[in-house]
Amino acid sequence: MNVQAPALRDPRLNRPEPFTPPLGDGGFFQRDRSIHPPAHAPGYKSSVLRSPRQALLSLENSVSEITGPVFGHNDLGPLDNDLIRNYAKDGDPVGERIIVHGRVLDETGRGVPNTLVEFWQANAGGRYRHKKDTYLAPIDPNFGGCGRALTDETGYYYFRTVKPGPYPWRNYVNSWRPAHIHFSVFGSGFAQRLITQMYFEGDPLIPVCPILTTIPDKDALDRLVAPLDLNASTPFDSLAYRFDIVLRGQRSTYFENRTEGN
Amino acid sequence: MPQPLNYLKETASQTAGPYVHIGLIPAMAGFDIFEKNFSNVLVTPNTAGERITLEGKVLDGTGTPLRDVLLEIWQANASGRYNHPADRSAGALEPEFRGWGRAGSDFDSGLVTFETIKPGAITDKAGRKCAPHINVWVVARGINIGLNTRLYFSDEEAANAADPVLNLIEQPTRRSTLIAKRSERAGKVVYSFTINLQGPEETVFFDV
Ligand SMILES: [Fe+2]
Repeated sequence: MNVQAPALRDPRLNRPEPFTPPLGDGGFFQRDRSIHPPAHAPGYKSSVLRSPRQALLSLENSVSEITGPVFGHNDLGPLDNDLIRNYAKDGDPVGERIIVHGRVLDETGRGVPNTLVEFWQANAGGRYRHKKDTYLAPIDPNFGGCGRALTDETGYYYFRTVKPGPYPWRNYVNSWRPAHIHFSVFGSGFAQRLITQMYFEGDPLIPVCPILTTIPDKDALDRLVAPLDLNASTPFDSLAYRFDIVLRGQRSTYFENRTEGN
Repeated sequence: MPQPLNYLKETASQTAGPYVHIGLIPAMAGFDIFEKNFSNVLVTPNTAGERITLEGKVLDGTGTPLRDVLLEIWQANASGRYNHPADRSAGALEPEFRGWGRAGSDFDSGLVTFETIKPGAITDKAGRKCAPHINVWVVARGINIGLNTRLYFSDEEAANAADPVLNLIEQPTRRSTLIAKRSERAGKVVYSFTINLQGPEETVFFDV
């Protein structure tokens, strides 16, 4: 996390060897819960009363889980992936101009095509455009703070925005969120549905964030940190950060002669 | 050393936070930005099937409604067919019915509503009939990874009794946490539900 070099981090973290088994249509790979935050994570106080205490009931995926909503370009507008322009009233928003780009992959390393990615964030001062946010940093009249994109046939997506600022929140008296962008991703089946947050390489608030540190696995936490990607920056215009997102893989059906079901 | 498998690891989940509306339902955050918005209305005038309102709350461990929760639902159409290429069952497909919607809870009451149709029974790969149901995904501040549950219908007693998923639930009393109750209000069919995150009536959540 404290890497100073501008190069991409260890490529083994997120970049796969080519591996393409037949496209799956069975259930999704069992979710590895050890890399996700537990529901009950007392250091993040809001989770205490909002965490189920019974064991989750394991469900072999049926058609209800391997299917999910399908989206298309008709659902989006032309400025949806440009947060610098999609709420601009009389100029550009204040802040460091950045491009965020990457791929949505599944656990086999295959790109997830035509899937909806939604993102939202605070402005450069750490203030959200939300009627429940009362932080004293000002609203930016030219910044809405949300956007969305559909991945292309290789799973690639990109958008343009300004770098969000850190902000204080009520957990401990002096808790601050590292700069982050919230992401919502669909995949092809409802069981792949995922919400997560992207953080920025080198942010000193990362190791002390009560939300980020709910993740028990160090590598899983590192995979939420986007490296600066100078090769993708636009000279004299925007820096770039790269953020790949991995959704659950799907089992292939090699032989039809086994029983399926719950 | 054996050959490496080289699977990737799933990206870790993080809470949707209190301001999830900005990205997913900006009108609830208090502004208008997209030309086209997603909503809690799944039906158009042409949708086949019985119009229903789903109405419910999500309660925390003290029984207090969450007022910053977001729900998504995913369901089959009235013929029991999901609008997705992986559903190869025989029911009629309706291109206009996506079968998906999202809703935020009311900031005062915590009430969540959807306008949709009652889905048909689903046939699984083994040819078994599954009771009509709606798949539900719950995210909010304080929920570290989205919760998956289902809603079944109180007037489908025989189908529910035979449903393979409901029958996975060991305690019959816990099965009832997934049953939405039918009533009629001003000529409209309403199914009411409560999702309890904790407590003696904790809702059954699935590891899908
Ligand atoms: Fe945030």
